[in-house]
Amino acid sequence: MKLNAAIAGVGTSRVGQVADRSALQLQADAAQAALADAGLRMTDIDGLLTTPVRVEHWNMPCGVVANHLGVKASYLSTVDVAGASGCAMIHQAAMAVATGQASAVLCVAGQNLLTHGSRAKAVKSMAEGGSAHPQFEVPYGPIVPSLYALVAQRHMHEFGTTPGQMAEVAVTLRRHASLNPNAHKRELITVSDVLKSRMITTPLHILDCAIVSDGAAAAIVTSIERARDLKKRPVRLLGQGYGLRHSHIGEHVDLMSTGAVDSGRGAFKSAGLTPTDIDVAQIYDCFTITVIIELEDLGFCKKGEGGQFVEGGRIGIGGELPVTTHGGLLSGGHPGLGGGFFHVVEAVRQLRGEAAERQVRDAEVALVHGNGGVISIHCTIILGRG
Amino acid sequence: MERPVPVPDAATAPYWAAANEGRFVMPRCTQCGRWHFYPRALCPHCSSEKLEWSDCSGRGTVYSYTVVHRAPSPAFAAELPYVVAIVEVEEGPRLMSSVVNCAPETVRIGMKVRAAFRRVADDTQLPVFEPA
Ligand SMILES: [Zn+2]
Repeated sequence: MKLNAAIAGVGTSRVGQVADRSALQLQADAAQAALADAGLRMTDIDGLLTTPVRVEHWNMPCGVVANHLGVKASYLSTVDVAGASGCAMIHQAAMAVATGQASAVLCVAGQNLLTHGSRAKAVKSMAEGGSAHPQFEVPYGPIVPSLYALVAQRHMHEFGTTPGQMAEVAVTLRRHASLNPNAHKRELITVSDVLKSRMITTPLHILDCAIVSDGAAAAIVTSIERARDLKKRPVRLLGQGYGLRHSHIGEHVDLMSTGAVDSGRGAFKSAGLTPTDIDVAQIYDCFTITVIIELEDLGFCKKGEGGQFVEGGRIGIGGELPVTTHGGLLSGGHPGLGGGFFHVVEAVRQLRGEAAERQVRDAEVALVHGNGGVISIHCTIILGRG
Repeated sequence: MERPVPVPDAATAPYWAAANEGRFVMPRCTQCGRWHFYPRALCPHCSSEKLEWSDCSGRGTVYSYTVVHRAPSPAFAAELPYVVAIVEVEEGPRLMSSVVNCAPETVRIGMKVRAAFRRVADDTQLPVFEPA
């Protein structure tokens, strides 16, 4: 069922190392940018969604953020489906608007993850507080990339996927980031640079892993009629789906098939579309292998062919299926749970034709996919020009 | 700095108590007869509450592995590089563990392994695996 809801405004804070802004200031920057984009004021907002942050303890994050921004909310909630939260916030905001609980919902997420802690501290807090099971996994000493490395190693074993193919993902997304003035890492890299970069946990090198950044992103969801009266061309939510196959990687029944199969199927079904209808795909990219597996599970290629699919410029801007055109978590920026929300913002800019040097020609339908945990929980949304 | 040690709860205490005695056990459903891991309140296959802890053979194969070159905390730094693996046990379930008593670069998917134990605290042994 298509909901009567559209994205009316998007915005981002500065991304990268932003030492002069706190987590709440970054979120306020993104929120103000989204309001200006839509031509709305904070007093027009009556709904608020956000995600938890890692840098501070916020008792009820949605209350902290709403209060900080001065939002008088008739609907508010903290969304936590980990890396899938960006996509899920759009769907949940759309439900609130479609049911009349709120007329304009601000979705905002982000934090100063880089400035707040050194990279080593982030690695440790993610390993012990993050996706690994505290009793059955953490005692064996995996870092978060190890959990994805286990998936990558099995994918290589079953399908012959190569480190060079994974490197192609990093190289392509870095090229996209080089075209994005607000991206964190913009210097071009080659496949050889990736393969020669420091080995972190076989088969993943440091350049196969997402970066750690400061930054926040925001979007405003309202009804289609209201959005049409605002400054920018509305972007409609056409469909959405969720999927979950496991909570910890050690117990996964089949590592080679993820909840993205279910979330993708749900999204395409509700939108009445198929993968061939997608002009641009903003795919969650916490690691290079993630993109390869999600392209397979979402149906853009057959199972096991993701490694070949990402070769030969196919996922680059100008290619058959441009993927993660802002540079993603690998190069654009990754401030924790808010990271996947930049994918949503980029999809909106592509559909409005505002992506400048990164513009995918005639982009009318975009898919955004988020995944959280260890390729565990998935949300896919499909957006179209309103 | 100390290694992180599992803190058992009511649902998992039998697992860690057995490991501390050198026994490798997993939950098994007495209704459908199937095994599962990690421990949980209901059988993931048939939703029965009739679960019991049973001794496993300890035999398994490496389903996937990674050689870790960057430690999650200083407690693991001296052990680098080390293997984190997912082992599929003969009884069916998989679990995360280590493969020890061999060079990390010799570990392969499909390799036969058997359970062993590593003492990490006075009252705690971790189930690990070694080449069979
Ligand atoms: Zn059962």
